[in-house]
Amino acid sequence: MGAARAALRRGFDRAERGLDIAFGPDWNPLAQLGPLGWFLFWIVALTGVYLFIFFDTGVEAAYGSVEWLSTDHWWHAGVARSLHRYASDLMVLVMFTHLVREWAMDRYRGARWFSWFTGVPVIWFVYLSGITGYWLVWDKLAQYVAVTTTELLDTLGLFGEPIARNFASPQMLSDRFFTLMVFLHIAIPLLLLLAMWIHIQRISEPRTRPPRGLAVITLGALVAGSLILPAPLLGQADLAQVPQSIALDWFLLGLYPVIESVPAGVIWAGCVVFTVLLAGLPWLPHRADPPAAEVFLDHCNGCARCVADCPYAAITLEPRSDGAPFRFEVAVDPARCVACGICMGSCPSSTPFRRSGDLITGIDLPQRPLAQLRAEVIDAAEALAGPGRVLTLACGHGAGGAEARGRIVLPCVAMLPPSLIDFILSRGLAEGVCVAGCAERDCQNRVGAAWTKARFGRSRDPYLRARVPRERVLTVWAGPTEPGRLEAEVSAFSARLADMAPYGPVRQIGAEEKQEARAKAIGRSAAE
Amino acid sequence: MTGRWLHIALGGLVSLALVLAAAALSAWPSWQSLPAGHGVIRLSFTHSGARTCRDRSQAELDALPRNMRQAQICERRRPPVHVEMDVDGRAVLARSLPPTGLSGTGPSRVYQNFELPAGTYDIALRLRDDPALVGYGDAAEFRIDLAPGQSVAIDYDPGSGGFFIH
Repeated sequence: MGAARAALRRGFDRAERGLDIAFGPDWNPLAQLGPLGWFLFWIVALTGVYLFIFFDTGVEAAYGSVEWLSTDHWWHAGVARSLHRYASDLMVLVMFTHLVREWAMDRYRGARWFSWFTGVPVIWFVYLSGITGYWLVWDKLAQYVAVTTTELLDTLGLFGEPIARNFASPQMLSDRFFTLMVFLHIAIPLLLLLAMWIHIQRISEPRTRPPRGLAVITLGALVAGSLILPAPLLGQADLAQVPQSIALDWFLLGLYPVIESVPAGVIWAGCVVFTVLLAGLPWLPHRADPPAAEVFLDHCNGCARCVADCPYAAITLEPRSDGAPFRFEVAVDPARCVACGICMGSCPSSTPFRRSGDLITGIDLPQRPLAQLRAEVIDAAEALAGPGRVLTLACGHGAGGAEARGRIVLPCVAMLPPSLIDFILSRGLAEGVCVAGCAERDCQNRVGAAWTKARFGRSRDPYLRARVPRERVLTVWAGPTEPGRLEAEVSAFSARLADMAPYGPVRQIGAEEKQEARAKAIGRSAAE
Repeated sequence: MTGRWLHIALGGLVSLALVLAAAALSAWPSWQSLPAGHGVIRLSFTHSGARTCRDRSQAELDALPRNMRQAQICERRRPPVHVEMDVDGRAVLARSLPPTGLSGTGPSRVYQNFELPAGTYDIALRLRDDPALVGYGDAAEFRIDLAPGQSVAIDYDPGSGGFFIH
């Protein structure tokens, strides 16, 4: 499973690198699958409302109205119908790609189970919305869908009279049935919207809108595609006939040939097994996240930076409980914390310069406390030699995920307090620091790359101090298939550093201080 | 062309290709639901089995309050309906249809498709809704000219004379 996941992840990374060239990292559609899903939903919803203006319910009227809007008014209502259909198809594609990608990125287990689990009903609601929509057109495809669906539903024995009987002959179908289908085709998408809303509840600042440029490109492509290949309309349904050859929508109706080919019991059992297995995937096997971040109230003034920076809404602001003269303190919900360390990087108390007492910050990672990180930096720096020494602080999910000399691998680069960069340079541990995050288009921890850029760019607290020479800090955003690029960039950076004049305000860290830092790291680990 | 305009042009082309591919897969390839040259005969009806009743004895009637002295007592549960269908003398269906509902108080029902090559068929149908009956309560024969792609629905309604074709 691990090898399959790694191979798939590399495959995604390669494909995304290609799309980076076409769209740019910030508009890369593979990194915007969730927001694209939302965008497509709204296109489907709005075009659906528009189509409803012209749609008539009734055995004869339904097809007549769809034919009218597809032919006589193709230039607005017909295009809306094609948009409605193709956006729905793309939504299916986006949904499953999103699902596979999140699995490949291992972002579905541990504390992230909720988003995965609540995504499963979304799949069914998308299908049910699509199926009820096809029904309304009442062409031969609709007839095929109606008969096959009702025959399948009847095998459950829930209905007093087989509902497929409604489609046994033209005399048996009433206009009321279309009223019911219209109701279902409105109600189910509303339930879909509710499921989508629940799906994003356990993440902070959920992205429900793609970047404007990508939205314009997607909408433009959909409109152009709708004009070039308008959605087909088959002949009117005739219950005295059986549709023989059907132009099937393989995105939404791809299972219908299977429904026809295997016993209904197998279909129902398959649906149940698929749903249970998919929903249970976060526990097959369960991944125990590292221990959740821990708050040290003696070092927390309730500034709420960690609350704002946490990508998983795992940190909340609570009334102060320890009598300290602050209004608030923060609390971590261990069930939501993935131990990415972004909170530690955001805490103003996370300063590696401190020598008095233990190095404890306001919010720390029990498994990788700041004191240990400082000791790791000191140890890694000792492995560097020669001119142009570069210490690399790398994200474990990017190009620098493998251990290497002079490299410290972190769960997320936003775990770094910016003052650690200052510490490395001003204490002479290296001539330059390379911060190697994961691919720019999509951070493994959602916002780590964005917060790191903002902190370095001095637009989000805590700032990278102005005194830190920017020419001595290299940031590289590269995915797992780009270790070569990272190495090349670090080598070139090292060569540039070697040509630079020595960094002036360095106060070399002494042996005693190094020992002290290591001892404090051991002390923290023992305390944990 | 550089920067964002390049992304709009290249990204637009990639997106358009994706939309056109989706549009193609949205209607192609076609699925052959019914083999060419075939039609379908659907047998579909709902019908309740005859109630199983018996007359109350005078002693039973006397034991009841005056307002509850109904002459007959019937079981809630309906008996199954037995149906048989032959096509050109060949039995294609012989089934005992149980009543529906948790207590078996609902009607029996059947919905069965028979895909047949186009042609003329002699259809014979027999139904027994009362287990006490010897033989069949209802029977019918039809000659059906089934055209390719045609759907013929056979229904049953005692009020309309038994089996009939829609």
